[in-house]
Amino acid sequence: MKTLLSDKKVSMRDALSETILKFTQEDENVYVLDGDLATSTKIDIVANENPKKFLQMGIAEQNMMSVAAGLTTTGIQPWTFTFAAFLAKRAIDQIQVQIAQPKLNVKMVGGYSGLLTGLTGKTHQALEDIAIFRSLANMVVLAPADATEVKKVMEFARSYDGPVYIRLARDAYPILFPNDYNFKLGKAVTLNEGTDVTIISTGTQTSRSLEAAEKLEAEGVSVAVVHMPSIKPIDKEAIIKAAETTGAIVTAEEHSIIGGLGSAVAEVLVEEKPVPMLRVGVKDRNSESGPNEQMLEKYEISPNHVAQAVKDVLKKK
Amino acid sequence: MSNLLSEEKLQLLNEKSIESRKLVVHTVHHAGAGHIGGPMSAVDVLVNLYFNELNVNPEDARAENRDRFVLSKGHSAVALYTVLAIKGYFPIKELDTFDSMDSRLQAHPDMNILPGLDMSTGSLGQGISAAVGMALGAKLKNKDFRTYCMIGDGESQEGQVWEAADVAVKYGLDNLVVILDNNKLQQFGWGESFDEREVPVTNPCERWQAFGWNVIEIDGHNHNEITKAFNAARTVSGKPTIIVANTVKGKGVSFMENTHRWHSRVPTDEEFDHAVQELEAGV
Repeated sequence: MKTLLSDKKVSMRDALSETILKFTQEDENVYVLDGDLATSTKIDIVANENPKKFLQMGIAEQNMMSVAAGLTTTGIQPWTFTFAAFLAKRAIDQIQVQIAQPKLNVKMVGGYSGLLTGLTGKTHQALEDIAIFRSLANMVVLAPADATEVKKVMEFARSYDGPVYIRLARDAYPILFPNDYNFKLGKAVTLNEGTDVTIISTGTQTSRSLEAAEKLEAEGVSVAVVHMPSIKPIDKEAIIKAAETTGAIVTAEEHSIIGGLGSAVAEVLVEEKPVPMLRVGVKDRNSESGPNEQMLEKYEISPNHVAQAVKDVLKKK
Repeated sequence: MSNLLSEEKLQLLNEKSIESRKLVVHTVHHAGAGHIGGPMSAVDVLVNLYFNELNVNPEDARAENRDRFVLSKGHSAVALYTVLAIKGYFPIKELDTFDSMDSRLQAHPDMNILPGLDMSTGSLGQGISAAVGMALGAKLKNKDFRTYCMIGDGESQEGQVWEAADVAVKYGLDNLVVILDNNKLQQFGWGESFDEREVPVTNPCERWQAFGWNVIEIDGHNHNEITKAFNAARTVSGKPTIIVANTVKGKGVSFMENTHRWHSRVPTDEEFDHAVQELEAGV
């Protein structure tokens, strides 16, 4: 199969907004907890249209996460919303001790993940959240690639009994998946078949990887693109199969190259099927505030950087 | 303060307190590990909760409408374990497994493995927020159970305690009672000399009042006062209650009292015998 990049871009935030409102209307136990970023994350829709289900927790993420833990013990399914940076780096002890260790049914949605956070700069970017969340026992870590997949992973999280971290982005991305797409926990999705090399990508970096693959194919390189929406649990079989069929791997993520998808894939390859591999991500450095395209270039995660990594890894085969 | 409790009930509670303290000293001595000063200061409130106040049943430890208790100062777990054992949640003999491999009695409370624990705690400042969640959940789901939570005065240095304090007031959680085990000492603490190291907050009552809570100050070792405070908390509507229980760290054993040195020291055999003699003499 071959997935074409659509010209139609849809905001992940709009998909989230619509979906969470529906959940609060359909399920008496679904409540929304806001760390006072409702107009940024767009869960203000719940405050406006179903206010009984909206619990303002104020600018106090640590308390918000522990309150969520307490709420689960009364049968409530709390959905907590703030920026990925504050979940992963400010409230992680609360998340570990009171949510992950006891495996409580809290849904954690980190908005504004990665590098492109709307000119807010390094204090509000989350380049470490995958690394941090996937190191917690009992944690499920998901990073959807488009608005359709946002809805699908949220539907999964609603049906799953346990802690789930969903990594979302601020901006709009091309639609990759049809409406009947079926998300499965722990399963990768092959978006492009190819024989020379496989790009394994997650979240927002998947559409950039498809763009890189299109360019490379025009140059005669056959590139497989495997999207990994479920970073934990990870699809080991898909990684091993990619190594066996194409013999070289590039990982791509809007995250630090330390501890994220690239590390997770490398862990599988080193133990199961070592092949040449390169990681595309932010290279252990702090970033800044700036326009999206310039940020992608400077921090080396643009489609061109993905394409270059593919060319470089082919030389290692 | 007039006595609310019958002589019989008062005697029963005092006996349970002595039994709990003896088991705390025994358990820490047996395990060769654990905290002792903080658990000893907490014992009377915990005994009063489980033998006089909470609507709980060890036979149905996860009953949906049971009252909830969260030990936010989780390092005092050994005191809670002794009270749960005396109450009948598990055999008293099981206290000897405390801190050993595969034990249900972890160094800090684990809600998943020991019936009777309503929340996992240990990292300070978190339990009070979880208790806020429970009390809020009761309101949202129209349940009439009440939620109780014990915090420490040292623990109150954690900013999260005050985040929770704000939210509890904002949601009018009159079904929440927090007890401050105000023993005025912590692990090492603050001070110029090694021996005088009190927690630097001199008036927690003023502080909690300023946060909008109903505040009741008591002697945390007096079962009549503890009972009266719990009763008074039930009459308050629209806001949460904090009971500032003035306590003595290491309460009940002369050489453990009022010193940070016994925060988590293990008694020698000789100290253990001495402590048990003192506690038995106190009956």
